[in-house]
Amino acid sequence: MDFLATLFTDFGAQILSTVTAAFAIAAIGLNLHFGYTGLLNIGQAGFMLLGAYGFAITIRFGGPFWLGVLVAIVAAVIFALILGLPTLKLRGYYLAIVTIAAAEILRIVGGNQSLGPVTGGVAGIGNQVYSPAFTALSPFPQDGSFSLGPYTYPLTVGDSWYLRIVSWIVLALVAVLVLLLMRSPWGRTIRGIREDEDAVRSLGKNVYLYKMQALILGGVIGALGGMLFVLGTSVQPDSLGRSTTFLLYTIVLLGGAATVFGPVLGAVLYFMVIIGLQDVVGQFVPPEIMSQQQVPQFGYIVVGIGLMLLVIFRPQGILGNKKELSFGD
Amino acid sequence: MLVAALGVLSGLLLPALPAQASSSPTPSASSSAAAGDSSAIRATATCAQTDTTACVAGTLRDADTNPVRGATVTLAAGGTPVATKTSAEGTFSFTVTAAGRYTLSLDESTLPEGLTPGNGTERTITARLGALSPAGFALEGAQQGGETDPEATPQGDTSAFGRFWNQVSLGLLLGLLLALGAIGLSLVYGTTGLSNFAHAEQVTLGGFLGYVFAVQLGVPFVLAGVIVIVLCALTGTVQDRLIWQPLRRRGLGLTQLMVVTIGLQLALQYVYQFIFGGGVRPVSRTIQANTGPLNITPNAYIAMAISVVVLIGVGLLLQRTRIGRATRAVADNRPLAAASGIDVDRIIRLVWTIAAGLAGLAGLLYALVYGGIAWNTGAELLLLLFPAVTLGGFGTAFGALVGSLVIGLVTQLSSLVLTAQLRYASALLILIVVLIFRPQGILGRRSRVG
Repeated sequence: MDFLATLFTDFGAQILSTVTAAFAIAAIGLNLHFGYTGLLNIGQAGFMLLGAYGFAITIRFGGPFWLGVLVAIVAAVIFALILGLPTLKLRGYYLAIVTIAAAEILRIVGGNQSLGPVTGGVAGIGNQVYSPAFTALSPFPQDGSFSLGPYTYPLTVGDSWYLRIVSWIVLALVAVLVLLLMRSPWGRTIRGIREDEDAVRSLGKNVYLYKMQALILGGVIGALGGMLFVLGTSVQPDSLGRSTTFLLYTIVLLGGAATVFGPVLGAVLYFMVIIGLQDVVGQFVPPEIMSQQQVPQFGYIVVGIGLMLLVIFRPQGILGNKKELSFGD
Repeated sequence: MLVAALGVLSGLLLPALPAQASSSPTPSASSSAAAGDSSAIRATATCAQTDTTACVAGTLRDADTNPVRGATVTLAAGGTPVATKTSAEGTFSFTVTAAGRYTLSLDESTLPEGLTPGNGTERTITARLGALSPAGFALEGAQQGGETDPEATPQGDTSAFGRFWNQVSLGLLLGLLLALGAIGLSLVYGTTGLSNFAHAEQVTLGGFLGYVFAVQLGVPFVLAGVIVIVLCALTGTVQDRLIWQPLRRRGLGLTQLMVVTIGLQLALQYVYQFIFGGGVRPVSRTIQANTGPLNITPNAYIAMAISVVVLIGVGLLLQRTRIGRATRAVADNRPLAAASGIDVDRIIRLVWTIAAGLAGLAGLLYALVYGGIAWNTGAELLLLLFPAVTLGGFGTAFGALVGSLVIGLVTQLSSLVLTAQLRYASALLILIVVLIFRPQGILGRRSRVG
């Protein structure tokens, strides 16, 4: 019974956490690319990393908070333009290879020691560098903490209620934005592009332009997710690599591609599975078989196999509609 | 055919084996107590393990795989530590007379400018009598040729041309190893249209199986190599039978299949980490000095020779044999090939088998030449394989070879002007530039691009 109580407490903590919200936001951005427009972007982690760097580096060099956010967004727009201009006219998988390559270049360059004074190299940029600019804007008192049931967090500083509330507000805003967009003519057009590019073109729409807009918008949403993610942790290039992108795909496909709330549901479920694994392994599996350090590795194995099984057996995920699939050729 | 190629070369291989070891300790199952008396440790120029002594030895290399000399390495087992400096070839070696656990540490302050330990400066080594325990430290960054200690010249010269030539030979080596992986990737794409993101994990598999057979089980290297390649090729056959053929029959789209390979890549990579941990695992235990006109280790020459022979063999197979013609026919036009009586499924299975076998060979040779294999080696190599295949033209075997050589040379030569960490970035940049200006690649055909 104790075990179950701990498990459900941990579930709650993880669901509330910034990381879940940040991944859900980035997944919504990816869903805009992959689910709605049919763009195979395998570099969403690159957008997250760019958002994180843009934000953290601006503040590191004395910029105000909002300038940091602006820089993050502009950086994501430029990155999307660079990726999209050469590839959006080519067949889908060229975008896939270019996005994964570009995201890896970002990660490698960011982790390069010679850029240490700017990016902090492999060690990255610590949370303490940029989070004061964020906590200074808090409406709550700077000190003190607050308990809600079993969850006690500081009000403003560090892993706080403030950060959680902001994350979930941003997530809600992004979800509503996507919901409204998908009901608009613009949303119908990009879904049309996914279904049949030539048909949309024959209606006089500039397919290239629409695809580019979708790539930019999804990328900016990804950058927002990256910013929130590093506000809860720290900027480390290697924590936002390919595995993160693959994770986001699993989240999108689990919840349901081309649905507004699929990515959110996927993120919550994914983190519940990981926490469940951690608790179950810690409780029941002897360390000779699997140590606590191996749990994240096992988690990734589960994600990889889960991704394969989802694509093969239930490509529409939990909430998706089988007719709305971006898996054309 | 691979087996035959290895067999032919085995006479050549035997005297030079085993190879350098610059990697973390083997996780020996015996959990003996820490070795007592430190007087039993001696720093020796070369290591001769007998029945009553054991060796702890390794090579320090920077991220460019150039040896690091003059760094202080210390071995201790409770008592007074014994220190030694790495030789001009970057090697260090200790002879110990008691089995057990030793602590090997690296003095960070004695590293040449620009190098930092990538993964800590202490290792626990388990020494066994009559055996050599390979040890090493991962170093990040590359040495600047001009800044190193002038008195002890390393092998070769540090002149501009010397460094250039050094990088050219390293580039050729890397390019040939990449080609082994790239041809399989390209053949699979050519015959099935699938961009297999999990292909490089087959390379890692070759390296780890080499570690299991050659080091853990102590099988002679050449025999181990043959076993590894056969096993790797079988994984290709089985994979096609269990996963890819059923999925083709289900009518999954290519995009869907590609996402499946992404999932497989992620799963396999972490399966390796789960089983083998985070360290670098060697496939062989002796240390070799650089030699010859290319200034690389004897094993590297052998690896290059094997690559060339195997690549020529694959080329002949594709060009001259019935099966090769059938393969090219399937790649050209699958329905037409099927209509003219070619068993397409059989050809595709053969392609998967050859691709996985070649990738396994690449991983084995990679581990032999670069001192070992790690769980993420394949994932890193994938970042070079895709540019290589795209550059040469997706789906063309000869293009994959040309592309690999170009990528190998570019990545190694770029570290003359860029820091070593950025060399993958330069390969990826080439990829993007190629896709912008000539998306079909050097040897590809226009019609392949959508």
